[in-house]
Amino acid sequence: MPIPENARKYWRENIKYLSILLIIWFAVSFGCGILFKDFLNRYSLGGFKLGFWFAQQGSIYVFVILIFVYIRLMNKLDKKYGYNEK
Amino acid sequence: MDVQIWTWLLVGVSFALYFGIAIWARAGSTKEFYVAGGGVSPLANGMATAADWMSAASFISMAGIISFAGYDGSVYLMGWTGGYVLLALLLAPYLRKFGKFTVPDFIGDRYYSNTARTVAVICALIVSFTYVAGQMRGVGIVFSQFLQVEITTGVIIGMAVVLVFAFLGGMKGITYTQVAQYCVLIFAFMVPAIFISIQMTGNIIPQIGMGGRVEDGTYLLQKLDNLHTQLGFKEYTEGTKSTWDVFAITLALMAGTAGLPHVIVRFFTVPNVKDARKSAGWALLLIAILYTTAPAVSVFARTNLIETVSNQEYSSLPEWFKNWENMGLIAWSDKNEDGKIQYVNGEATSGKPEFTDTRGAYGERLISNASPETNELYVDRDIMVLANPEIAQLPAWVIALVAAGGLAAALSTAAGLLLVISTSVSHDLIKKQLKPDISDKGELLAARISIFVAVVVAGLFGIYPPGFVAAVVALAFGLAAASFFPAIVLGIFDKRMNRQGAISGMIVGIVLMLFYMIRFKTGLIGVLDPLPASEWWFGTSPEGFGTVAMTVNVVISVIVSRLTPAPPEDVQDIVENIRIPSGAGEAHDH
Repeated sequence: MPIPENARKYWRENIKYLSILLIIWFAVSFGCGILFKDFLNRYSLGGFKLGFWFAQQGSIYVFVILIFVYIRLMNKLDKKYGYNEK
Repeated sequence: MDVQIWTWLLVGVSFALYFGIAIWARAGSTKEFYVAGGGVSPLANGMATAADWMSAASFISMAGIISFAGYDGSVYLMGWTGGYVLLALLLAPYLRKFGKFTVPDFIGDRYYSNTARTVAVICALIVSFTYVAGQMRGVGIVFSQFLQVEITTGVIIGMAVVLVFAFLGGMKGITYTQVAQYCVLIFAFMVPAIFISIQMTGNIIPQIGMGGRVEDGTYLLQKLDNLHTQLGFKEYTEGTKSTWDVFAITLALMAGTAGLPHVIVRFFTVPNVKDARKSAGWALLLIAILYTTAPAVSVFARTNLIETVSNQEYSSLPEWFKNWENMGLIAWSDKNEDGKIQYVNGEATSGKPEFTDTRGAYGERLISNASPETNELYVDRDIMVLANPEIAQLPAWVIALVAAGGLAAALSTAAGLLLVISTSVSHDLIKKQLKPDISDKGELLAARISIFVAVVVAGLFGIYPPGFVAAVVALAFGLAAASFFPAIVLGIFDKRMNRQGAISGMIVGIVLMLFYMIRFKTGLIGVLDPLPASEWWFGTSPEGFGTVAMTVNVVISVIVSRLTPAPPEDVQDIVENIRIPSGAGEAHDH
């Protein structure tokens, strides 16, 4: 079965969104919270060392935001390509 | 009223609620039993997922572990939440679109092979049993501590309770009970945290209080770091694990979270793809409330503990210290014979404390295995959350609330896992392989019988924990990461992935992980004692090895699949189909 052009484009945009969101996901947790923690710890956020804050608080907040951004983006994308339900 | 009466009252009321719901939401068909009829709203599913997810370990142990591990504890915080991002973006919508009942269903169909299905069922059983054994033990411990019965009795009460709602309601009953359990457990976790945050930093929000100032104007974390340095501990905000190990453990926990069958199956219960995405969002938001509070609780509890006990006369210590000592979860041996507690870096005892029946000069319980190190105090990490309200002198009802919350957390997770186990047996094994012509009613009966057997087996694990169970619970994540996660993600994102690739990847992944785990955790292979950390491959701890095994799985899958024929046309069509959200329909049988 040949893949309709519509589906192919939809998938490509989907992959683009996924890549961007996953790069942010990686950057806040593995980047700020682990790999660059010592560097960021030189700065502070209130009573927190910044790297420590990312590891125990910040990354989790960003995760939540990422999923809700994803939901919004995908709902729009579904509408754009006519895959919207209800 | 005293704590004991409050505990009976709160535990009693919450249990009556769960039973009421279980009876109201009885399952009548296999569809209701496996996926709650596929009609659960995203918010309700999010709450159920959160309760399913947050086990006794999250509720009771996590804050305690972080309290003692400081920065190193971040692996659990990031790992167990970051996995939801992977789940929401890479798995949930597509698996919902695929629309079958179980993870082995997906693996079996996508890789057009009953061998693949069987491998997936076996992996699901290994992962779930490893995980559930720890839960039943947790249920037993909470019951025994709060209702003051033997651990064995505690486990049996827990088995009976889980059985009733899982047996009656299947996924439908479990889902709606879990909604109630989420409310109980989050309330029970937040109330003491808020109280203590106000007490210590004057801030009502624990997440902000953690970075706030204490009475004398210094920042709380700064103060804790100073206390740690004075007592010879590594600063709280710095870790002792290597950067690579922290990286590996975090990634293994993330991929494991996304690959746990009892979490994935939750996304089959919502009506469509859009709701599957939304419910992953709700789930993480609801989980994040606990996961961002836990590190604050850790900091409060740690500071409180050090300030209350360090260099104090044993005879002047508050009541809770002696209560927990009587339960054997705190131990003190007066090594320098000054009657004060020296709490510094180092192990106070060799392994868990072994109590003799005699009391020392100050009335303390004597132990026979004190270590030569200066540290005199042993504190079990599991008591930090349980003891925290007492240490902070909160009212009796708050202390009792924590008991109800701990039970809600342990029971909801155990129920979810047992359901996956029974589904694997009745649906994936009996219906799909042994007896395809079984009727809906017969399958339902088989599901109920297997849940009964699963509860009994899990209970036995809880009563007679084989030495290695406690050690391997955390490794269930490594197993899930090493087996399912790559097979599912590749099944969706790599159209060229075929039967041969996926099966060989899963087998190599799980065998490698099991081998490493057994070799370095139990010492069953080769030597009798678990091998020391210096022998770890590339300095990877067994907890982090899931990352290595997962990578090996992916590499093998890709190489093997490219050397063997492409999957058939109709399977490629399945892949095209699940990539598009519309027309998901209800979760259906074949």
